[in-house]
Order: sequence, then structure tokens, then C-alpha cells
Amino acid sequence: MRDIKDFNLSCPISIEQYPHILLAHGGGGKLMHSLIDKMFMPSFSNKMLNSQHDGAVIDLGKVKAAFTTDSYVVYPLFFPGGDIGKLAIYGTANDLAMCGARPLYISVGFILEEGFPMETLWRVVKSVQEAAERAKVNIVTGDTKVVDKGKGDGMYINTSGIGIIEHGIEVSPAKVEQGDLVLLSGDIGRHGITIMSAREELALESEIMSDASPLSDLVMELLEQGIEVHCMRDLTRGGLGSALIEIAGTSGTHIHIDENVIPVSREVQATCEILGLDPLYVANEGRFIAFVKPPDAERALKIMRSSNSEASLIGSVEMSPSGVVTMRSTIGTNRVIDMLSGEQLPRIC
Amino acid sequence: MKYIDEYRDAEAAKRYSDLIHSITTSPWAIMEVCGGQTHAIVKYGIDELLPKGVTLLHGPGCPVCVTPVELIDKAAEIASRPGVIFCSFGDMLRVPGTKSDLFSVKAKGGDIRIVYSPLDTLKIARENPSKDVVFFAVGFETTAPATAMIVHQASAIDISNFSILVSHVLVPPALEAILSSHNNNVKGFLAAGHVCTIMGYTEYEPIVQKYHVPIVVTGFEPLDILQGIYMCVKQLEEGRAEVENQYTRSVIRVGNQGAQNIIHEVFEIIPRKWRGIGEISASGLGLREEYTSFDAERRFGITEYTCEESSECISGLVLKGVKKPHECEAFGRRCTPEHPLGATMVSSEGACAAYYRYRNISSEK
Repeated sequence: MRDIKDFNLSCPISIEQYPHILLAHGGGGKLMHSLIDKMFMPSFSNKMLNSQHDGAVIDLGKVKAAFTTDSYVVYPLFFPGGDIGKLAIYGTANDLAMCGARPLYISVGFILEEGFPMETLWRVVKSVQEAAERAKVNIVTGDTKVVDKGKGDGMYINTSGIGIIEHGIEVSPAKVEQGDLVLLSGDIGRHGITIMSAREELALESEIMSDASPLSDLVMELLEQGIEVHCMRDLTRGGLGSALIEIAGTSGTHIHIDENVIPVSREVQATCEILGLDPLYVANEGRFIAFVKPPDAERALKIMRSSNSEASLIGSVEMSPSGVVTMRSTIGTNRVIDMLSGEQLPRIC
Repeated sequence: MKYIDEYRDAEAAKRYSDLIHSITTSPWAIMEVCGGQTHAIVKYGIDELLPKGVTLLHGPGCPVCVTPVELIDKAAEIASRPGVIFCSFGDMLRVPGTKSDLFSVKAKGGDIRIVYSPLDTLKIARENPSKDVVFFAVGFETTAPATAMIVHQASAIDISNFSILVSHVLVPPALEAILSSHNNNVKGFLAAGHVCTIMGYTEYEPIVQKYHVPIVVTGFEPLDILQGIYMCVKQLEEGRAEVENQYTRSVIRVGNQGAQNIIHEVFEIIPRKWRGIGEISASGLGLREEYTSFDAERRFGITEYTCEESSECISGLVLKGVKKPHECEAFGRRCTPEHPLGATMVSSEGACAAYYRYRNISSEK
């Protein structure tokens, strides 16, 4: 019989502070991780989930597959460089690619709000179709639900995906080791700044376009060329900073990066300066970091640069202090990179 | 990027660091007044470049940090009411009041909107004539002109569904409060470049004379701050106490007179409470009699409300420069950016949050 001490109905998240879900609980920062660490992980714990990868790697006997899911609640639905449909396909396909898998099959679930214009739905559907062709995935199953007016923000999409792992290399945070070099696939912060500029409340005119794009071709190229990739992670909500901290934490390593070589476009930097944001924590939808064995780094960088000339070697891995990310600043001093609580908030002055 | 990269240059930073080392013979405690400066100092690790004896104290210039807890409670109270659209700068939303923060009010259904410019709130008021639109007007002399401008405009075009919850404070009275307190150990100030862009620096001239303390108007980039520290240390070493202007690319002695005029048109100087410090006479702005119809406290009938702060939080001592954030017992344990006890842990400009974020001193303990 189960020991009575384990029977605990009280909520493991400190209820004195936040008895309700805040937006910050979905912001990719510490509050979201506290939900994952205190509620989801202990409740659902198993070997695949515990590896805390972008997707689960499942051993099916003769083949290995990767499986992942993601939900898309972006506002506005259309923005320069993309839309919710493209994000829904690329986001899930990219998570599979980060497991070292070739993305193959995707499910799409639409949650629509009563009164949503049919024409807008059609635009999104065509965009999903186009994105699936570009990412070389098939949409093989789906679902449609409609909620009462006022109970949804026009449209939400959930996608799940399956990919196949065709090589023997294990790509996961646990494989990150001392000496690994950290490669970044392009300049950072475009998606987050595009979305902020596209929202009405921020009267900023800019020509920045989201970086939303599929990454699987580039990832497959790296693996097919025999690059010893230990881990990959696509940079989403919490930006480069949060991705590095997650991996340092899961792998128990110290990652050191150099601010001087992190590519940030002029437009993104200018907007960040105006709003008091740090590009390190601004969202991306088409960038990833790869941890590779040093002898392969130069070749890997060359392959990455063939798809984006801004790809850079930004840092390296040491063993201690474990779980910490540090950065050499532009003026030559060092600082610790910490995970934000939720989303970055524009500063007052 | 022009006006950015040249102020973040490692070699130039090293040159200033060497210069400061070369002139420093005694220990000096210098306070940077503005939260934006604190943020840059901690973000760039500027104090790593200073001689051991030169200590930077983080002053009271973070608007999020000094807004008194009762105003946060009032904001939460107003924002909870049906029919209200409550507009605020983003980083006020996580500041804890005695019972709640604005994020929690929003989670329970309060219509709270983050605005980037106060002018946006007038637009919201015009688009929502059946709602009461309230703007949380926080900040120093830097944000006061924009607040004054919206009140002036709302009055001119007769927008009646609009009001402001005022929490504007002024820098010079806070400096005097610090200098005249019995445990003061500040020997020189880096004044806030943005505040002086609006107000100029004539207000500081009597202060340097009265207290014999150097004040250097300083910008926000790493090299601005290093140069400001150099100028301040040089004065201290030479026994001088003057107002000097490092931030000449933005600040002139008389400031921006148009902005000052609109502040005086709409606001009058009143005593204000500062979170962690207490009431300072003639240290804030309140609406003039002719504009009191835009005063949210009167409109919502909450002028009388008062409350006390957490007794464990030492943010007052931090703001006055008497203690460093990590010297607090609660720092990094019971008080973190996720569960702040005081406002200095909330804002990214707050001294405690800046320490926590970039130093991770909690993990070294």
C-alpha cells in the first residue's frame, strides 16, 4: 500500500503568492519552469520526459522516433515574415529536428472562436499547407473545435509531430560535455521584435521581419555530413539566454559566451535600446544553437553559414560552476546570465 | 551602431578604468542616482573596473522602487473595479502591494493594459467612452512632462472618462534627504542624465554648496558612467564640490524649458511618501486645483487609504545606500524576482533585482 506520507493534495506551487495563473507562467521564464518542475515533471515523470528535450525520443525497436507537441496563441495572427499557420508547422517541425529527427508527420488542431471570418481561416489554412510543403512534412490528422464568442482569441492552433531518427548519434542535453563549442545559426531577436512592432499598442515603424523558418534541412545536413552534434535547441520564447540556461541546467555544465560575437541586427538592437529590452531574451522562430565537438566546429559553421551568413561561434562549455551561464560583455567584464521570471517588460525610462 | 557602440568599447573602458585607478588615493562612496545607471553598472560589471576603495551605492532613482506600497494597493483597488481600463508602464505590474500585484488583478479579470507612451491612454479613453480609463503616472521628472501633456490635452478636448493615479517624484529633495540623514556615507553623486535633460542642473547648485558634495550629471552607457565616476573621484581627490556635466550630448544647464513649463502648468509641488524611505517634504508632484477632476484618487474615493510595508524588507536602507542588497537576510531566499518582498527586487532597474540577476550572489552564499 502507498505510504500515507506521499499522499499530498496541497498545491506544490507556493499558493500564498500566486493562486492564479499569470501570463508570466507561460512566458518561458522561471515561473513557467516552476510549473514544469513542481507540477508536471513529478506528476508525469518518466525517462523520456525527464530528459527535458524539445521532444521525446522513443525507441520503437527497429527504429527510433521523435515526438513533440506545441500550441500557438500568437497575436496578431499575421505579421511581417509569417503568421500563426507557419509558426504552427515550423515550430513543431523544428522541435523534432532539434532531437536529430527528420520531421515527417504532423497533426493540426484548430480551436476557433465563434464569429471568426471564414476568409481569414482560409488564409491560415493555405499558409499551413505552404509551410508543410516547405518543411517537407505531411499533415496526416487533425481536429476542429469552435468555442463561444469571447472565449477564444480568434484562433488557436495545436500541432503535434513525429519524426524519424536515421542515425546513431544521440542528440540531447545530457550529451553536452566539457570543451564543446556553441554555434548559433543566425542573428537573434527578429521574431519577438516583429510581434511587438505589429501589435497596435507599440507605435513603432520598422521593417523587421520574423525569422520564422524551418530548420530541418540545415540540421539534416549537419548530421549527414558527420558533424558530431551533442545537443541542439531552437530559440523560442525566452530567447538565446533562456535556451542556454536550460541546457546548462539540464546538462550540469557551465556555458560561457561572448557578447561581442552574438549577431543582432541594427533594427533589433535599436528597438531593444528604445524599449529597454535585452536581445538575449527576445523570441526567435528560426534560429538554433548547436553544441559540437571542437574538431567539427569549423566545418559545422561553414555548413550553417551556407544557409545564414550571420551564423557564429559564440561560446564554449566547461564543467564548473555547474548549471551557470556567463557572458563576457562588450566592455570586457563578465556577468552571469540569469533566467527571467516571465516575459521581459519594457522599462519606464 | 552609432551612439551605442562607441560607448561600449572595451579599450576605451580600460583607459578610463586606468585613469580612475591612477587618481584614486582614498576610499570614496559614490551614489548613482538613477535606476537606469544601476542597471548598466550591474549588467556590464562596471564596478569590476574600479579600484577597491571606490564603492558604488545604488540610489533612489528607480520609479518602480520608490512608488509607495499604498499607491500600489490603490492601483490594484482601482484596476479591480468593473468598467475600469487601467493603463500602466510594463514594469509596474509585478510590484507587490500589501495584498496583490497588478498582474494578479489582471489574472482575476481586471482590464489592465501595458502602455509604452502615456499618450496612448488618451486614445484608449476616446475609443472606450463607456469605460473609466486610468493611467498610473509614475516616474521622476523624466516622465512627468508626458503625464502633464495628457492631462493638459484631456482638459483641452474635454475627455471626461479619463483620470490619472499620480506618483511622480522629484530627485533633488531625495538627494537632500540622503545627505541630511544621520547614517549618510555618500561622498559624491552621479546625477541622472535623463532627469537633467528635462530639468537642467541649476537645482543641484545649492546642494553642492550646502553639503560640499560633488554632483556629476551622467549618462547611461558604460563609458558615460566610467567618465562620470572619473570626474566625481577627481573632484573628491582635489577637494572640490561642484556640479559638472558629463552628459553634454543631451543635457544643458537650464534643461528643456518647454517640458518644465508643462509640468508647472499641470502640477504643483507636494510632499510625497517614498517606498522604503518615508515622507519627504516638497518631493513630489500633485495635480493643481484646476486639474483635480483628473485625479483618480478623488474620482474613486480612495484618498484616505494608508498602509504599512513589509518589516523584513530593507529596501529603504538600500535606496539610501546604507546597505548593499546581498546584506539583506531575505535576499535570494525569501525575496527573489519571482516573489519580491520589496520593490527594489521587482524592477529590472531595482538594485536588488539587478544584483540578483547578474551576480547570482544567492548561489555563492
